Amino acid sequence: MTPGNALRRHAIAKVFHLLCATVTWASVAVLGVLLFHVSYSGWMWLDGQFLSSFPSRFPEKAGIQSALWGTLWLITLTVSFSVPIGVAAAVYLEEYGGKGKLSRLIEVNIANLAGVPSIVYGILGLVVFVRFFGFGRSVLAGSLTMSLLILPVIIVASRESVRAVPDSIRQAAFALGATRWQVIRSHVLPSALPGILTGVILAMSRAIGETAPLIMIGALTYVAFVPNGPMDVFTALPIQIFNWASRPQQEFHQLAAAGIIVLLTVLLLMNAIAVLIRYRTEEGNK
Amino acid sequence: MEYTPNTDHGILENEQPILQVEDVTIRYGDVPAIQNVSLSIAKQQITSIIGPSGCGKSTLLRAFNRMNDFIPEANITGRILYMGTELYSEETDPVDVRRRIGMVFQKPNPFPKSIFANVAWGLSINGYQEGIEERVEKSLRRAALWEEVADRLHDSASSLSGGQQQRLCIARALAIEPEVILMDEPCSALDPVSTAHIEDLMFELKQRYTIVIVTHNMQQAARVSDYTAFLENGKLVEFGETNQVFTRPHHNRTEEYVTGRFG
Repeated sequence: MTPGNALRRHAIAKVFHLLCATVTWASVAVLGVLLFHVSYSGWMWLDGQFLSSFPSRFPEKAGIQSALWGTLWLITLTVSFSVPIGVAAAVYLEEYGGKGKLSRLIEVNIANLAGVPSIVYGILGLVVFVRFFGFGRSVLAGSLTMSLLILPVIIVASRESVRAVPDSIRQAAFALGATRWQVIRSHVLPSALPGILTGVILAMSRAIGETAPLIMIGALTYVAFVPNGPMDVFTALPIQIFNWASRPQQEFHQLAAAGIIVLLTVLLLMNAIAVLIRYRTEEGNK
Repeated sequence: MEYTPNTDHGILENEQPILQVEDVTIRYGDVPAIQNVSLSIAKQQITSIIGPSGCGKSTLLRAFNRMNDFIPEANITGRILYMGTELYSEETDPVDVRRRIGMVFQKPNPFPKSIFANVAWGLSINGYQEGIEERVEKSLRRAALWEEVADRLHDSASSLSGGQQQRLCIARALAIEPEVILMDEPCSALDPVSTAHIEDLMFELKQRYTIVIVTHNMQQAARVSDYTAFLENGKLVEFGETNQVFTRPHHNRTEEYVTGRFG
């Protein structure tokens, strides 16, 4: 035993601890300042009138109703397209697909797709959904584009959590005379669900804040009505926020801040639902 | 000695075999794990498979319920007959094989669900609709676990001790009324008291089921089994009545192994 060495090692451990703490709290502080600034400047504009009015060139009449509903439509449709497809793809790749070269190639490509700039998905959406399929500048075209954008995130996260289900559970189920589908349905998916939901939360958070692909496919800024169906034109919260923030008047900047508060609230509510489902399934899995 | 099994071929002469292994070779890729093994498993008896680590015991055991199917590079030649039908023919459905030949694993692997759900799941997937509760109770009683869990059936299986979890896994296997139960070192993760519990249980189960057990523990093989197969390097060295294998082995290697000189 060399006490000198021990002291040195303890010192290194302490420095590392301190470093981690600093980095963490610095990020939290930046976030805190941001949130404070946004709430401070947007708070007074946040009222029933703001939530129930359409955009206007007069700040005191301007509201966010069409953007709020557009975002709710967009996210609901996006999740209902991308989650089933993403989870099914992940299950196929992990449980049915081989473990060979092709499988690895697909894995690498999906991971790469997660890093493709969103504007590229916008161009793809414009060509495929808006023009080729003729969906126009609709919520449907927007949510299909958004689904492509977040599918890689959902597939990668779902794959990871399907892979993390212990093989001993699968073997136990197979040994009882279960078919592969019964094993997946009763054991793999329930055990993987918390991890899948974490991926869905991340993906939704990304989708709700994306602006570029929506502008690319032609989501409008000035929409004076709430979408009634998937084929209606729409606008979304980040587009409205961007529009207000780029105007010269101070009032519109404050409106943008109020819009950000609404956006964050929607995001937090959605995540709360996902966390609740995750908590429930974790309890059930115990 | 009125009974002389043919130790070179491992064929029993005076028993009704439920499983017959005929010249079976199992390879992982090009590496043989089991070579030209022939033996038969007597109905409602306990047969133990012993041998040093890596001798292919588990591979042979998993061949009986086609669990090796999940290893892509594993391939099998020769025949295994289960009550006269070939286990590895095109027409045989592995799902059906596993329903009739149950398995208990080395480490207790209960599903992350309630005690009740662990036993009931096998019933529900195999189409049982009525009397699930009675069957769960019956299986837990047969696995000598009922008294301990009767008042907390809906607690999580992970709240049980290791020995209880293993008995739960046995109850789970029993629930769907298999004919054969394969046990892959079922006591290796358990303490001596739990091990004694499981061994007692095996004597009970023998009345109804055929048991094949892989074990590292020679005392255990000597205590519980009626027949013993000794494998070394994937080859069957000796097979016969447990008493004979342990007290009057025909082969030197068997004697050296059972007396603890190697392995």
